[in-house]
Amino acid sequence: MTAPLLQVDDLHVRFPIAGGGLLGGRRTLYAVNGISFDLAKGECLSIVGESGCGKSTTALSILGLQEATEGSIRYRGQPFSGAGGPGRMQRARAVQMVFQDPYASLNPRQTVRTSLSAPLRLHGIKSASEISDRIEAMLADVGLTPEQADRYPHEFSGGQRQRIGIARALILEPEIVVLDEPVSALDVSIRAQIINLLLDLQEKRGLSYLMISHDLSVVEHMSDRVLVMFAGQVVEEGGWRQIFETPAHPYTRRLIAAIPDPDVALRRSERSERSADLPMLDGRAFVADGSVAPDVFVRPAPSELVEFAPGHKVRLAAAH
Amino acid sequence: MTAPLLDVRGLKVAARLGDRAHPILKEVSFQIMPGEAYGLVGESGSGKSVTSLAVMGLLKKPLRVAGGEILFKGQDLLQLSKREMRRLRGNRVAMIFQEPMTALNPLSTVGRQIAEMFVLHQGKGWDEAQRLAVDALASVRVPNPDRRARNFPHQMSGGLRQRVMIAMALACNPDLLIADEPTTALDVTVQAEVLRLIKELCAERGTAVLFISHDLGVIASTCQRVGVMYSGCLVEENETQALFGDPRHEYTRGLLGALPRLGSRSQHGRQRLVDIDSIISDRSKLTETRFIAPRAAEGGQP
Repeated sequence: MTAPLLQVDDLHVRFPIAGGGLLGGRRTLYAVNGISFDLAKGECLSIVGESGCGKSTTALSILGLQEATEGSIRYRGQPFSGAGGPGRMQRARAVQMVFQDPYASLNPRQTVRTSLSAPLRLHGIKSASEISDRIEAMLADVGLTPEQADRYPHEFSGGQRQRIGIARALILEPEIVVLDEPVSALDVSIRAQIINLLLDLQEKRGLSYLMISHDLSVVEHMSDRVLVMFAGQVVEEGGWRQIFETPAHPYTRRLIAAIPDPDVALRRSERSERSADLPMLDGRAFVADGSVAPDVFVRPAPSELVEFAPGHKVRLAAAH
Repeated sequence: MTAPLLDVRGLKVAARLGDRAHPILKEVSFQIMPGEAYGLVGESGSGKSVTSLAVMGLLKKPLRVAGGEILFKGQDLLQLSKREMRRLRGNRVAMIFQEPMTALNPLSTVGRQIAEMFVLHQGKGWDEAQRLAVDALASVRVPNPDRRARNFPHQMSGGLRQRVMIAMALACNPDLLIADEPTTALDVTVQAEVLRLIKELCAERGTAVLFISHDLGVIASTCQRVGVMYSGCLVEENETQALFGDPRHEYTRGLLGALPRLGSRSQHGRQRLVDIDSIISDRSKLTETRFIAPRAAEGGQP
């Protein structure tokens, strides 16, 4: 067993917020409250949860775009956050991001070639022919033609722009790609093409994906492991089969039950109503079943993530 | 056989740019029976929203109706004057939009905005209308309707705002509710609640719904009959169960295959999603065939 590529250990992110009223003191917004996970090479780990659960903040911390208040992030065993961490340049070669909205994430005044060559040049590749070769190979990998390199973003369709976004993320050959809702802005037919492309690229290049999504059918299709987040904490963690076939936490079950799915709606396939057996529960309550909105200004009550089956963990209130 | 509540016949909408008219809707026809939930599904640009705006009489330049009829209770909406249309809109036909934040007036409390419906369409006084507004909020299961009626839209969450929109739309007990992507901006659990609410309230009151969405799952879980739109044409229409179980048109088949289905990975392993362009050789020919299934015989007539 090799060491995980990325290790996130007890990550906390808190934001100081000006309090209410004129004389109100500062309040603290508890965005991420103790997230820990490992990401292995070639794995797709998904973080699911609803707006405000802290999934994007977690991703931004890994990208170095949001400083962690507490906790550590290690990449290949080396510190990846805080003062001892790498600089921007090294980080860019390890982790890249594909954004949700392909319209907003490309510079409208730059051709695809300019967008793709800037990172290469910044990272010390001087030879014009090498740059152009790498761009052409990258475009071919994401299903675009070399001639399209000299066009501007507005000349492409939404699906093509997302392909450019993927090319831009992969041009420096990072090992980890953070996918932030990579297909939720796309139409159904385009979405399928991009999902297929992402899976092909992952296999071909041995990429590790950290996917953030609220679309559980996409998550089930793409992930190896899944983290379910609620109010800045992981409430359930497990392999995709464990999460989708035997969900344990009531919030996970609520999320799955809420998906409008044609097969389930029409009762053509019975959704598994099974849930995991929890022998160790002995009277301990689940933390937050998601039926009440969390108060983000209150430090969450003590609780622990308990492993009850290999790799399958669920969050319970602290033992008395 | 009951007469359809809404009978859209050969509706054509064109965009006039310069001296050329570009066809946007190409003879779209469908009927909605009283109390029926009818879904229009399609990808961006397929014309589903234009269809709903045409029914509401809200098309803006350069879009305009270029032909066809929109019969509502036997009356052609296209022949009505602006004034008559205004009286109908919000009263007999109401609409819920995708983005509840932009559809509500930020400068006025939600209670007042709902009360306005009663004042304008039912001639009630403001005091009584405000009381009715609180009742309307209670009917869409907003907790503390009294207090919430005094809230401004920005003080509410997305789910609550959408409930306010529904309360406004259903205030005058319309015969037809047009819901254009009503839950696209919402989280899944909130979406499930809002969909259930629309379904239950409309079933209770016998309101027919024209549901517009790009999400096949949403349509399947809310509608009895579904029309699939592509490039301004209704390419397939059938009962929901039949359409999803036995899609006839190659575009519908492609769309359904492109959808990752919950549970399919545990049953069949990870299958590659269908790339619609690989099964459809020529998209321009897609609109040449149409499968419109006849309605189930009711009272002897198809």
